[in-house]
Amino acid sequence: MGAGGEGVCVCVCVGGEARYEQTCLLPVLLQNSEDIRCKCICPPYRDIEGQIYKQNVSLKDCNCLHVVEPMPVDGKDVEAYCLRCECKYEERSSGTIKVTIIIYLSILGLLLLYMVYLTLLEPMLKRRLFGHSQLIQSDDEVGVCVSLNIAPFANAHNVLSRSHSRPNVLNKVEHAQQRWRRQVQEQRKSVFDRHVVLS
Amino acid sequence: PTIKTTRHHLKVLNIIKVSFTFIFRCKLCGSNYAMSNGGGAASSSTHLLDFLEEPIPGVGTYDDFHTIDWVREKCKDRERHRKINSKKKESAWEFTKSLYDAWSGWLVVTLTGLASGALAGLIDIAADWMNDLKEGVCLSAMWFNHEQCCWTSNETTFAERDKCPQWKSWAELILGQAEGPGSYIMNYFMYIYWALSFAFLAVCLVKVFAPYACGSGIPEIKTILSGFIIRGYLGKWTLMIKTITLVLAVASGLSLGKEGPLVHVACCCGNIFSYLFPKYSKNEAKKREVLSAASAAGVSVAFGAPIGGVLFSLEEVSYYFPLKTLWRSFFAALVAAFVLRSINPFGNSRLVLFYVEYHTPWYLFELIPFILLGVFGGLWGAFFIRANIAWCRRRKSTRFGKYPVLEVILVAAITAVVAFPNPYTRQNTSELIKELFTDCGPLESSQLCQYRSQMNGSKAFTDNPNRPAGPGVYAAMWQLCLALIFKIIMTIFTFGLKVPSGLFIPSMAIGAIAGRIVGIAVEQLAYYHHDWFLFKEWCEVGADCITPGLYAMVGAAACLGGVTRMTVSLVVIVFELTGGLEYIVPLMAAVMTSKWVGDAFGREGIYEAHIRLNGYPFLDAKEEFTHTTLAREVMRPRRSDPPLAVLTQDDLTVEELQGIINDTSYNGFPVIVSKESQRLVGFALRRDITIAIENARRKQEGIMLNSRVYFTQHAPTLPADSPRPLKLRSILDMSPFTVTDHTPMEIVVDIFRKLGLRQCLVTHNGRLLGIITKKDILRHMAQMANQDPESIMFN
Repeated sequence: MGAGGEGVCVCVCVGGEARYEQTCLLPVLLQNSEDIRCKCICPPYRDIEGQIYKQNVSLKDCNCLHVVEPMPVDGKDVEAYCLRCECKYEERSSGTIKVTIIIYLSILGLLLLYMVYLTLLEPMLKRRLFGHSQLIQSDDEVGVCVSLNIAPFANAHNVLSRSHSRPNVLNKVEHAQQRWRRQVQEQRKSVFDRHVVLS
Repeated sequence: PTIKTTRHHLKVLNIIKVSFTFIFRCKLCGSNYAMSNGGGAASSSTHLLDFLEEPIPGVGTYDDFHTIDWVREKCKDRERHRKINSKKKESAWEFTKSLYDAWSGWLVVTLTGLASGALAGLIDIAADWMNDLKEGVCLSAMWFNHEQCCWTSNETTFAERDKCPQWKSWAELILGQAEGPGSYIMNYFMYIYWALSFAFLAVCLVKVFAPYACGSGIPEIKTILSGFIIRGYLGKWTLMIKTITLVLAVASGLSLGKEGPLVHVACCCGNIFSYLFPKYSKNEAKKREVLSAASAAGVSVAFGAPIGGVLFSLEEVSYYFPLKTLWRSFFAALVAAFVLRSINPFGNSRLVLFYVEYHTPWYLFELIPFILLGVFGGLWGAFFIRANIAWCRRRKSTRFGKYPVLEVILVAAITAVVAFPNPYTRQNTSELIKELFTDCGPLESSQLCQYRSQMNGSKAFTDNPNRPAGPGVYAAMWQLCLALIFKIIMTIFTFGLKVPSGLFIPSMAIGAIAGRIVGIAVEQLAYYHHDWFLFKEWCEVGADCITPGLYAMVGAAACLGGVTRMTVSLVVIVFELTGGLEYIVPLMAAVMTSKWVGDAFGREGIYEAHIRLNGYPFLDAKEEFTHTTLAREVMRPRRSDPPLAVLTQDDLTVEELQGIINDTSYNGFPVIVSKESQRLVGFALRRDITIAIENARRKQEGIMLNSRVYFTQHAPTLPADSPRPLKLRSILDMSPFTVTDHTPMEIVVDIFRKLGLRQCLVTHNGRLLGIITKKDILRHMAQMANQDPESIMFN
């Protein structure tokens, strides 16, 4: 069975029988041969129940005569039966789906780990390293002041000092993270506590 | 010594500069004006000018939760454009720079479209997969949802199109059996478990990482586009969290959609990409052009409706929409739709969500039920807006709002528990809408299409769809009625939760259910009473007369119109969604009826109502101000207020100035010639003054607390031993807008709307009398409409 189509020549099982053909696919197709199908829906006809037929055929073979096997009616009725059937050619990209789900789950997993770290591990670590007293952060006051503009000159100080850069990369990262956490805390206050925005 | 010589040079050059001031009549756009027309002066001394009058970093930026000054931003942009154009002929490098500047707009918009399309593809695929995760897993390929798992299988039958051995429900996996009461209970339990865990994860992520990612986003984007600043609302973390939690929220089975949040996601992309180009990152007005285009791209990928997206951006979201933005929005919507289509993972090039494949005609008498559906849509819209706003207000002001996580879990639990037994609420809402829009033909076998065949007993197939309803249809109608009531109630509590939640799909679902019920009712009426005058005229016996699917479509459009009060954009979106071009007239009739009925109960749509609830300073362009008040009745200070806080042009010291700023909380101060004459010189903003003073303290020597501050061109004559004076002319707005105190408020409101002003000064006989700000106008309008004027929170 064709798989992935990454190589140049692929063995394709044709027609449902044990007959293998070597089909050389040029250029390299990233499409799985299972990703195409022809789906024929045939409604009930006289005594025959409704049926759905599916096959991996290409667009030119996607019609009732090629796909509906075994044909439930004989000879003269085949045309009448086939007229009621509707055949559609469909393609999908299973590789895209797989990659997308893997990307999404990995980002979700990373965020969950970071969330656990921020809410549970970091306070524990800080408590162990620095003792209880330093846990009482003063970002609350800074947050409120910045948002209500109570200390306008301190705010101006912030604006102007943003251009100063520290040479150490780790310090920069730490600084950025602290600033981000302050911002998130302010946002949380506006949205969840004071119900000022987005209620 | 250096300072003295530079001062001398400055005095010489001042003469040249003053003459240029009169020629250059534009407003003072930052402090760049000195450099742009200093090119004509002696080139050796422009360096001195540059050194002394370099733009102070931070001047011209805005505080969080403040309104921008549109006129100033547009003027800054014109300055920049003039500068680049004047340098264009100098060298090839400058020419390339000017080309780059001209094309950067298209580049931003293209990047935004690409990013929106890609993110929408990710959200679609992930949401579909996670939704089906509540039911079971695909053993052969874990990343496939139910439909994709059974895609190649040959075990699907005509009656049961989703059965295949590769897809195992949870009961099958855990208990080992697929049928029976035990497995039903196990499936129920696992459904609730997954729904709750997704909802819990979503609200935790929102709370810990990006609180701005909750809600729909459209009211806030409307406010941002009208000139408000909410820092962080369109940032990177908000983008990431909104994308991730939107998938979780949709998958948890809550009664919400993803269209509004997709608009937010697209605007975040637009904002992030605009930071790569200084033309857009430094100018708030230009940035909003990009955001308008981005919101068009958002709706385009949400619905697969590029033209509808552009019209939505024009009608609902944007405030100023010049023609250039129209073209750019169209381009963004196109690029986004193209990217989404080329990602196309689902197999049938399905960009159109609910493709309607029938082309049966509709008859004139059917306009009556369509208009009835329009009335239903309008009534439901008015009811929903009132109920939702009342609930949100409760949440905002009472203890209910203190437990957002608990609230989300509770709502998700109730939704899951009630939704599972009813097959119409258990499935994905988009699938429900698709099923309701599809007409019953020979190829359909759902419960809704189980009509009794004409031939006695035998399963002979007939072409006649106009048949009496079988027991399947009656059962489906009951379930649909229950689903309708459930959805109407749950959506009220779901919209506004602290997870990303949209409104379009639930409204369309409610309308589609109502429409389908009406359609089946009319169809049965036509069958059983085919000798009535109405039906005899148009419906022949045995002919295909009524299409209930069309009624579902019209109902969906009516309900969506009733709640958002969109008109043209809604009709375009619906016909792009369904491909049913023949049905524009019924759609228009229903949408207009629902708008009229909805407007009879209240003029605001859901987004305007949320804007008013939050107190954002949004001056609605659609409302008319019809009262006869004058400017002096609205201006501040009123009789009981302290006098207007003004600055004199050369009398103040730094200490006094700081005192005025610290004592008051006004955003700006008018500058007058002197207290006796009260003649207006200009307007200075609080933020600019504070930044300029800080900057002067750092960079210039000799500025002390008793230094004189002057806003004039030349320093006032001071005694010899006084400290160096501080010149703040560069931050002064020399042409503030003024009206006289007898100007009718209609004109003042019009000026504010059309020019995007923040404040306007009021003069009497040429002397400064007071000031009107946007907040005053909003409060006045609220007072005139008998609403609470104190609810306007922001400036």
